[in-house]
Amino acid sequence: MAILINKDTRVVVQGITGKQGNFHTREMLNYGTNIVAGVTPGRGGMEIEGITVYDTVAEAVEQHQADASVIFVPAPLAKEAAFEAISAGIKLLVIVTEHIPLHDALQIVGYTQKNGVIQIGPNTFGICSAGQAKIGIPPNSIFTPGPVGVVSRSGTLTYEIVSNLSTRGIGQTTCLGLGGDRVVGLSFVDILRLFEKDNETRAVVLVGEIGGRQEEEAAIYIKSMTKPVIGYIAGKSAPPGKRMGHAGAIIERGAGGFESKVESLKQAGVKVAEIPSQVADYIADLLK
Amino acid sequence: MKLYEYIAKSIFRTEGILLPKGGVAQTPEEALTIAKDIGFPVAIKSQVLTGGRGKAGGIAFANTEIEVINESKRILGSELKGIRVGQVLVEEKSIFDKEYYISITVDNFLKKPIILASSQGGVNIEDVSEEYIVKKVIDMEVGVYPYLGREIARKLGMQGELMNEFSSLVIKMYNLFRKYDAELVEINPLVRSGDTLIALDARLNVDDDALYRHQDLPLVAEGEGWELKAKALGLSYVQLDGDIAVMANGAGITMATLDLLAIFGGKPANFLDAGGGAAVGPMARALSLLNDTKPKVIFINIFGGITRCDDVALAILEVKKTTDFCAPLVIRLTGTREEEAIKILLENNLSAYNSMEKAALKAVALTKPSSCCFGGR
Repeated sequence: MAILINKDTRVVVQGITGKQGNFHTREMLNYGTNIVAGVTPGRGGMEIEGITVYDTVAEAVEQHQADASVIFVPAPLAKEAAFEAISAGIKLLVIVTEHIPLHDALQIVGYTQKNGVIQIGPNTFGICSAGQAKIGIPPNSIFTPGPVGVVSRSGTLTYEIVSNLSTRGIGQTTCLGLGGDRVVGLSFVDILRLFEKDNETRAVVLVGEIGGRQEEEAAIYIKSMTKPVIGYIAGKSAPPGKRMGHAGAIIERGAGGFESKVESLKQAGVKVAEIPSQVADYIADLLK
Repeated sequence: MKLYEYIAKSIFRTEGILLPKGGVAQTPEEALTIAKDIGFPVAIKSQVLTGGRGKAGGIAFANTEIEVINESKRILGSELKGIRVGQVLVEEKSIFDKEYYISITVDNFLKKPIILASSQGGVNIEDVSEEYIVKKVIDMEVGVYPYLGREIARKLGMQGELMNEFSSLVIKMYNLFRKYDAELVEINPLVRSGDTLIALDARLNVDDDALYRHQDLPLVAEGEGWELKAKALGLSYVQLDGDIAVMANGAGITMATLDLLAIFGGKPANFLDAGGGAAVGPMARALSLLNDTKPKVIFINIFGGITRCDDVALAILEVKKTTDFCAPLVIRLTGTREEEAIKILLENNLSAYNSMEKAALKAVALTKPSSCCFGGR
């Protein structure tokens, strides 16, 4: 079943004529994603990878009944691109772009919430429902269909963990990156709820990191879940006050530390792996 | 980007926020000129981007000319938490009745700006107990109106003219927050003198990702040494105090790599995220920088997704063209173009691990005294 996207999800690529947009359109098509249109203002009428390019998202939606959009446009233009997608009626928005100004991110989230749009990112690898479709940039080769749901705040670390799972023959329903920025559209709790309801998902992997209090909030919800959750938290050795690559990964003002997250999760019955490869060990034990 | 107090204050002043009279000095003589101009007693405050200056001896008061010279001489050129003091702010010493705290920041979880205020000012807000903190969430579509300020003022125990003063201050702070793409606008302490409120300190942290639309701001480089050099190269780098230099691709996996080294008993020297999909040139520059820091081991951990493993191998060769690595390389590569990468490495007498754990164990072993007897791999 998977969550949020499947092989029928009709996807628009915003910024399809750029280098990133073009490359990842090809990769998404290779994976089987149903890309119905591209958008780049001023490039209407072009074709990229056999996909028609439009000047506006509204036109792409009119012509192709698109219901999801993925944004590859540069950071200074990302807010407008998000607003355009939402006002055109897009219901699921994946924002891959990095370095979007914080105040822009606040306004984007405000607008998606007001319109009931599901917003993944910014600064995310996107989402992949294994064997069906992916929207975003993760490598195609790592995913295998199966019973594990994965939700994470980082990209490459998630690939590492998903790849470990697949190598051991453990497949995934859906893998989703919330995004590494301070302000992103979804929280762990939003996705855990969906995995809890999804018939095919039998266990969930939560990959968190230092900064904020998302993992602590997730722990509260996990107490009420029927499905087992395995966790991993990055940043055990990170010094306070330093931003560890992701804008959101910072221990500041005494909050967002590693210990509090691990403790909260453990108290909620989550088995927390100490090193990334243990995640697959724990999941294998669970699914025996 | 954090701004120095005197720069933040000059910006606060343009918004009409009341501040003590003062000026910035780089020498004791300049400090004295400013002190004479504003009159005694004065406060002399070190201009560094760190909190807790008072406790660390970075703030002094002077009642006479000789005290100004002595104290500014002492502070200028001294080190505060490892940072050399290059400038002092000389200000009139305010006499006040009470200290408050106020800030506007972003709550990541609520995904909205919030105002935090307290009647317990002048101390670290983390040290103030919850019951003394007033918290108000801002709806950006509505913005901040006087009622919000009045409501906070009421909870802080203010009345009458003071309540209005406070309310107008909150609006000015929110204007600054929006205008400067701020991550933090903070006044601590905000002091009451009669019916006026004066900002004794001022903090304005601007979002790095929004600096392109604030080109009028002076660029303040935070960090020292290698962090500054890395920043100039456009690298995501944090200095740590160990001896294993690390390059990985992606913030999460870089953190996980540092954690792994620490769990195995090693000491990472840095955080360096080469980014997803980095090209040969930037990766070579990153490796050169790591080499320059003279670590005991250089650990490269790459999960090839968008990043191509053969590009990583080529980046290593690129560095070797111009210089020798001063430390053994421990390389872990897996994913996109792994085979091509291994071939390139082998042709150049290098090898790579497939497992992140095995590679990390090797990197740690190489930093221990006993390992030298076994001659590397």
